[in-house]
Amino acid sequence: MNDTIVAYMYVLAVVLFVLSLRWMSEVKTSQRGNWAAASGMVIAIAATLLAYQIQRTDLLIGGFVVGAIIGVPIALKLPMTAVPQRTAMSHAFGSLAVALVGVSEYYNDIPKIDTFTVAVLSAEMILGFLTFTGSCIAFAKLQGLISGKPLIYRGRIVVSLSTIAIAIGLGVYLVINPLQSNVVPIMAAFALLFGFLLVMAIGGADMPTVIAILNAYAGLSAAGLGFVLDNKVLIVAGSLDGSSGFILAVIMSQAMNRSFLNVLFGGVGATISKSEKEVTAQPARTVQSYTPEDVATVIENARTVVFVPGYGLAVSQAQHVVKELADMMQAKGIDVKYAIHPVAGRMPGHMNVLLAEAQVPYDQLWEMDRINPLFPETDVAIVVGANDVTNPAARTKPDSPLYGMPILDVDKARTVVFIKRSMSPGFSGVDNELFYLPNTMMVFGDAKKVLTDTVAAMKK
Amino acid sequence: MSVREKVKLVDTAQTDLAVNLLIFILATFLGTELIRHVSRLLHTPLMALTNAISSVSIVAGLIVLANPKNDFITLLVSVAVALAATNIVSGFMITERILRMFRVRKQPQQQDKGKTVPAEKK
Repeated sequence: MNDTIVAYMYVLAVVLFVLSLRWMSEVKTSQRGNWAAASGMVIAIAATLLAYQIQRTDLLIGGFVVGAIIGVPIALKLPMTAVPQRTAMSHAFGSLAVALVGVSEYYNDIPKIDTFTVAVLSAEMILGFLTFTGSCIAFAKLQGLISGKPLIYRGRIVVSLSTIAIAIGLGVYLVINPLQSNVVPIMAAFALLFGFLLVMAIGGADMPTVIAILNAYAGLSAAGLGFVLDNKVLIVAGSLDGSSGFILAVIMSQAMNRSFLNVLFGGVGATISKSEKEVTAQPARTVQSYTPEDVATVIENARTVVFVPGYGLAVSQAQHVVKELADMMQAKGIDVKYAIHPVAGRMPGHMNVLLAEAQVPYDQLWEMDRINPLFPETDVAIVVGANDVTNPAARTKPDSPLYGMPILDVDKARTVVFIKRSMSPGFSGVDNELFYLPNTMMVFGDAKKVLTDTVAAMKK
Repeated sequence: MSVREKVKLVDTAQTDLAVNLLIFILATFLGTELIRHVSRLLHTPLMALTNAISSVSIVAGLIVLANPKNDFITLLVSVAVALAATNIVSGFMITERILRMFRVRKQPQQQDKGKTVPAEKK
């Protein structure tokens, strides 16, 4: 009887998880989706407590007390600019949890453990541990604890690949000799090392893809645990999470015209040194530098304005002043839109969340494919903290590392206002052609300060 | 145990694996289709949400806790349970917070444009 109830509770939990993703497809139903998933979670936990007659509810309650102490302040106080870091951290927590349960399950089951279980557990532990260190490094880079620059050295790919090869080799050894339990910590160590090396070699602008890939790994390892424990809720939840990360990674890498492998092992670092040489070799080109007052004048004479936000917007926390400026423009009857490149920012959807925080209505947020045809009719495009995603070299210069990457066709707007701290190239290390176009107004300075000054100039 | 019973046991294990694989594959297909249709606006809260959902791995921790062999295993699993619980609590809460930011803005905008505001579906 109890078993039947439990089985149906699990079914209900699965249905709720699936519905929650269905409801996430649009803003209108998304909150319902969140509640559905949360209810599914409660039901799944309750069902498990019923099914296994677990005596240690004290540990569960303790876990939730700890979880609430750490999690609630983060959830309530976290500034929206720091959401990518939190996401990396939650991937780290999730994958470590899965890996630790995997280790415990292994030691709990030996010596009575079958080959299949060992195989899945090894795979799951390797994935879990490498995702853990990978996510920790992603967190450290996003939080600015360590440099966001990729760590590049000669033979890096060989070192990384042999690390993971050793981990997998040890996993295979464990499958053949399931009782060699002292292999487990060594295997874990190599998986941890691989995750570290993998993400150390990745730069800031590739973070959206990396976070999505880590998301997929975390989900996959959870699904693996479901196989070991023959728990179908876990299989479904893990594969939903895994496929979500996978799809997001596909979208992100398509938006950069690169493959996963290229993001993970690609030569972004290699192009930095090359293009630096190119830059110095080129004759100095002139840019036209303007002041916030000039920007105000241009805006006042415009009918349509498109903001192009990028990571720099998040860094200088300029989203609120952007909104203030947009409100002033709208009061003057100027049409305002925001052009969102899929990889702008440090995680999928980062810009949307920042602008939503600043109370920008989401129907003003335009995706790349929809906004690009509108740039020729745009009077002013204001680039705030974006760079590579606006570089026309991606369309025109076949020898550019950016070539082929879908970009926002900002250069087609009648006037481009480019707010930038200095002339330094973007993450790709490639000089932006846009700076030198006759219709580009470069405004040097911190995005927030420049925009605040522009607002002040508009008020005069 | 008779030979017949043994065969049956193996068969059940094989069927379980096949069923689980089937579930995994179908859920992956379903997941990719569902995620493809998620608005790009919501990719950040989506990630927070799926991360919270996958922390249902807390269930796995609980299952191991039902019958731990020694204190070391209990300790490892307790850490895992706390980590997963943190993800569950903060994951759902932050998703809610982000979604609320998207939601609240919609209505005044529509009123500005003089459109009729559709009745709130609750």
